[in-house]
Amino acid sequence: MAVVMPEPDAAVLGRRDRIVAALSAIVPGEGVIASERAMRPYESDGLTAYRALPMVVVLPETTEQVSRVLAYCHREGIKVVPRGAGTSLSGGALPLTDGVLLGMAKFNRIRAIDFDNRVVVAEPGVTNLAVTQAVEHAGFYYAPDPSSQIACTIGGNVAENSGGVHCLKYGMTTNNVLGCELVLMTGEVVRIGGRHLDSGGYDLLGIITGSEGLLGVVTEITVRILKKPETARAVLVGFTRSEDAGDCVSRIIGAGIIPGGMEMMDRPAIHATEEFVHAGYPLDVEALLIVELDGPQAEVDHLIARVETIARECSAVSCKVSKSEQERLLFWAGRKAAFPAVGRISPDYYCMDGTIPRARLPLVLKRIRELSEHYGLRVANVFHAGDGNLHPLILYDANKPGELDKTEEFGAEILKLCVEVGGVLTGEHGVGVEKRDLMPAMFSETDLAHQQRLKCAFDDKGLLNPGKVFPTLHRCAELGRLHVHAGRLAFPDIPRF
Amino acid sequence: MTDTLKPRDAKDVEGAVQWALAEQKSLEIIGHGSKHAIGRPAQTDLTLDLSSLSGVTLYEPEELVLTARAGTPIADIEALVASKGQQLAFEPMDYGALLGGWPGAGTIGGVLAGNLSGPRRIKAGAARDHFLGLTAVSGRGETFKSGGRVVKNVTGYDLCKLAAGSWGTLAALTEVTIKTLPRPEAEATVAVAGLDDAAAVKAMTAAMGSSCDVSGAAHLPAAVAGTIPLAGAAGAGRALTLLRLEGVAPSVTHRQAALIEIVKPFGEAGIIAEPSSQAVWHAVRDVLPFAASRTGAEQPLWRVSTAPTRGAELARMIAGGTDATWLYDWAGGLLWVSIASIGDDAGAAVVRRAVAACGGHATLVRAPAALRAAVEPFEPMDAGLAALTKRVKEGFDPKGVFNTGRMWAGV
Repeated sequence: MAVVMPEPDAAVLGRRDRIVAALSAIVPGEGVIASERAMRPYESDGLTAYRALPMVVVLPETTEQVSRVLAYCHREGIKVVPRGAGTSLSGGALPLTDGVLLGMAKFNRIRAIDFDNRVVVAEPGVTNLAVTQAVEHAGFYYAPDPSSQIACTIGGNVAENSGGVHCLKYGMTTNNVLGCELVLMTGEVVRIGGRHLDSGGYDLLGIITGSEGLLGVVTEITVRILKKPETARAVLVGFTRSEDAGDCVSRIIGAGIIPGGMEMMDRPAIHATEEFVHAGYPLDVEALLIVELDGPQAEVDHLIARVETIARECSAVSCKVSKSEQERLLFWAGRKAAFPAVGRISPDYYCMDGTIPRARLPLVLKRIRELSEHYGLRVANVFHAGDGNLHPLILYDANKPGELDKTEEFGAEILKLCVEVGGVLTGEHGVGVEKRDLMPAMFSETDLAHQQRLKCAFDDKGLLNPGKVFPTLHRCAELGRLHVHAGRLAFPDIPRF
Repeated sequence: MTDTLKPRDAKDVEGAVQWALAEQKSLEIIGHGSKHAIGRPAQTDLTLDLSSLSGVTLYEPEELVLTARAGTPIADIEALVASKGQQLAFEPMDYGALLGGWPGAGTIGGVLAGNLSGPRRIKAGAARDHFLGLTAVSGRGETFKSGGRVVKNVTGYDLCKLAAGSWGTLAALTEVTIKTLPRPEAEATVAVAGLDDAAAVKAMTAAMGSSCDVSGAAHLPAAVAGTIPLAGAAGAGRALTLLRLEGVAPSVTHRQAALIEIVKPFGEAGIIAEPSSQAVWHAVRDVLPFAASRTGAEQPLWRVSTAPTRGAELARMIAGGTDATWLYDWAGGLLWVSIASIGDDAGAAVVRRAVAACGGHATLVRAPAALRAAVEPFEPMDAGLAALTKRVKEGFDPKGVFNTGRMWAGV
């Protein structure tokens, strides 16, 4: 493991039996798991290269239990790692060997469905897809749709600010959450937002969403639901040059069209997925674009025609419009299976997640090809083209000595490249442990200190999910110190009226 | 009139804040000062005027992003993006008319610090949802940045959200990046006349629960409907429920027909076409029925956000306790409530009681300074949330340099 985690606290580990007993008193029955065999399934999340057995697993069922567990751990100085379904691709739920792993899976009920206010109130362990399933009989759905939506939980979505292929038009989790109940590390329960819009004070919900489990444990979430569009159709467009595909994306948006989804795949990704699902993708192209338009029939027909025209102007060599719902789903089947498809052609793959200004795509793809040759590792690229979120999949074999290290080095180079061209380290997977040590490529120490002081406002002892997101741990007292630079200011130069 | 510091650039802002820290001075951050009268009256030593930090530094329409210095006039930004067929989809409202100032005043920094949105909030999100990146100077006199210039980003805490709606109490924004979106090609408004509040909320709920993709849903009770110039609409003297549709022309035509069918059970619907449609929504956005020129600049005005279906009930509760008139935006979820009798609390007790019963939050956005000092203009918080808020403030501004006390005492 390349990433160094916080030093385990020997004093805490020495008290393990007493801690397990105390937690068992709070969460009775099978809610506390302490045997090594039973804890094994919790040792990693979706980033399987990183593993650690937690000190103990706790599966609370009520807000009160969460509150008491956290209050106890706060008092005793015990670290806590919250976990939803464990689908994080950045190691956000990686356990700590001296920490409690707080699994929220038992919070699996939908508490309220309110069609008139267009909201669903759900417990954090409800899966993303289950929210849509609970309301689809009335023609509603929950818009953010990460690829893992069948398994990932709404609580995890809030922690990671999860996206999906429809982000460009419908936003990420943060744009679709209205309220939450949050338990702080002290055990204190606070309610933020509700069924109304916006905050009467600081937008704490906006901070909690995407905070990667470092600020508090969410025990209830209110999300916005939307009425399903009348119809949706997709266009499959092939290009012999990725520059043309990039140009086509820019011109579609430049024409004032915001598609429901706009995805791009490069040649290796097209071939891997076509062999796997036979979606009818053209194999003689360098880049393939899926453009989906949704809305009323009249609008979709109108816009599809415009997209076709733009595609032709951008030298598309093939252009196919879905004629039925079945065909539309087939177009998507390839893209949605891109990760497992790549998994079939390589023993292992490593999924990256940078975002770049779209115009830099040809440059970034070229540099990735050069890096691929340099490291001797193949890459397949899938790309949320509308919003510039790039997922290079690096193909490697973990059984070959040194290949994982080489892969991680390659991945880090790609992410630094994203930042270099004006982009960011992560578009939707989170920083976690994976990109933690790359944060200085994007943020100065001062930037990070301002973020960490926010953490101090929620968790003054730094017990909640430490070792994630921030490359260096600082004590809150140290961060709070104020340096006043008296006397050496350019103040006289500032116009003063 | 307090002394004013007018930094020329971001470096000067850092210098000014460091000086204020060393001299133990407090600063009120302003752009154009167009929203100066919102919140508890300033108790600061000096004004930090950021209006010289002006100019768009990056605008890439096809990337949907724009970066500007915080003091750039919002009107300039709206004109620039309009010239490229784009808009700020959150439809920032202009407080000019309500507060008795000039229309079109204000800066992008002020719009974001106040999280100002308009009728399209229900479809497109608030200012906070379009705020992608910032550079700012915190109350520690240090320049920091957050976010980026791409629309999809989860790298680190989203401090843009925190800055949005913090009314300058945490940091002085120096440069901001926002998302721009295509401007709809066409719009039309479906209008139903004569509904009472409860029926109007039901009609708006039906519209919002349809696939018609409504981008504005407002209700003007009879008492205020007459103040909006409608150019030919059938509503004279009666309440008016307004439902806006935007998009490509064939789509608007199609949805218009569908929406008229949906609201038929509530009442006869007419169409307000362009350009009247734009004029009507401009009036709703800027709350022109309660403009200072009409009601006086001292007349208390509350802005209340609640669950849409509780809107009518909330208005009824307020009307039961004080002499009020109101209108609804956000499908019933946003109420603008004008209180005719100032009394000793501008209706605060009645409004707060109604909000406590129905859920949501209320802000006294207009009242004489003495009243804004005497009653809490921002929604009071329970002890836990108040303490958390205070800790957040102290992290960014431990000595209380910025706008302290504007939202709540000590924050």
